[in-house]
Amino acid sequence: MAVLIAALAGLLFGLGLVLSGMVFPAKVQGFLDVAGAWDPSLAFVMAGAIAIGLPAFALARRRRESLAGLPLSLPGATHIDRRLVGGSLLFGIGWGLAGLCPGPALAVLGLGDAKAAAFVAAMLAGMAVYELLERRGR
Amino acid sequence: MSLDLNNFTPGPALAGGALIGVAVAVLLLLGGRVAGISGIVGGLLRPVAGDRAWRLAFIGGLLASPWVYTALAGPVQPRIDAGWGTLLAAGLLVGIGTRYGAGCTSGHGVCGLSRLSLRSAVATAVFMAAGIATVTVLRHLPGG
Repeated sequence: MAVLIAALAGLLFGLGLVLSGMVFPAKVQGFLDVAGAWDPSLAFVMAGAIAIGLPAFALARRRRESLAGLPLSLPGATHIDRRLVGGSLLFGIGWGLAGLCPGPALAVLGLGDAKAAAFVAAMLAGMAVYELLERRGR
Repeated sequence: MSLDLNNFTPGPALAGGALIGVAVAVLLLLGGRVAGISGIVGGLLRPVAGDRAWRLAFIGGLLASPWVYTALAGPVQPRIDAGWGTLLAAGLLVGIGTRYGAGCTSGHGVCGLSRLSLRSAVATAVFMAAGIATVTVLRHLPGG
C-alpha cells in the first residue's frame, strides 16, 4: 500500500513539474535572473503547490496516522543554524549553476538524458560525501 | 530588471504547481510522508530496514512522469544547456547542500512553507538568494 501511494505521488509530482515547465532549466534560471529578463513562473508554481499544501498540512497536523492507516509524523526541527544556512547556500549555488534541483533532475533523467544522468550521479556522490562525514563525526 | 513576457506562463505554472500540491497531499495524507525529494533520495543512502521500497517507488513514479505526460499531452523535450563540468559541480553542490540544509525546493520550499515553518522559510530565502546571485554572476558580470 505504502509503495503504491508513493509511486502515485511521485508520478503526480513529476507531471506537475513537466506541466509547470520546471523541467526546463532555462525556465528556472529565468526565474533566478532578476537582473535580466525575469520570468516569474516559478513563483506561480510554488503558489499553486502551497495553496494545496497548506490545508493538507493543517489536516495532517491533527493526525498520528494517515488516512490509509500508515504512521504519520511531521518534521520536528525548528532550529536555524549554520548547517541549515550553509547547506542551503551551497544548494542554491548549484541550483543556479545548472538550473536543476533534485525533482526536475530525476524527471529529466527519466527521459534518458545523459546530462541529467551526470547531474544526478554527482548529486548522489554529494549525498554520499555527507553520509560519510556524518558517520565519521558520530 | 524587466519582465520576460515571452516565456512567462502563469496558467501552466499555477496548474502544474497545484498538481505538485496534490502529490504532496497524497504522499502526506495517505502515505504519512513528507514529499521532500532530496530527503527521499538521500534516505536511500541510509540503511534503515523496510524504509527503501516507498522511496524507490516515489522515484520510479517521478522517472516515469515525462513518459506519462507524453502519452497524455504530447512530447516533452527539456534541454540542459550547462556544460558537463558545470553539471558535475552543480550536482555535487546540490547533493551536499540539500543534505546539510535538510531539504530542497520541495522539502523546504513547498512542504516547509505549507507547514508555516520559519526554519524552512529561512532555508528557502537562502537558497533562492544564492541561486539569484549565481545566475546574476553567470549572466551579467564580465568574465562570469
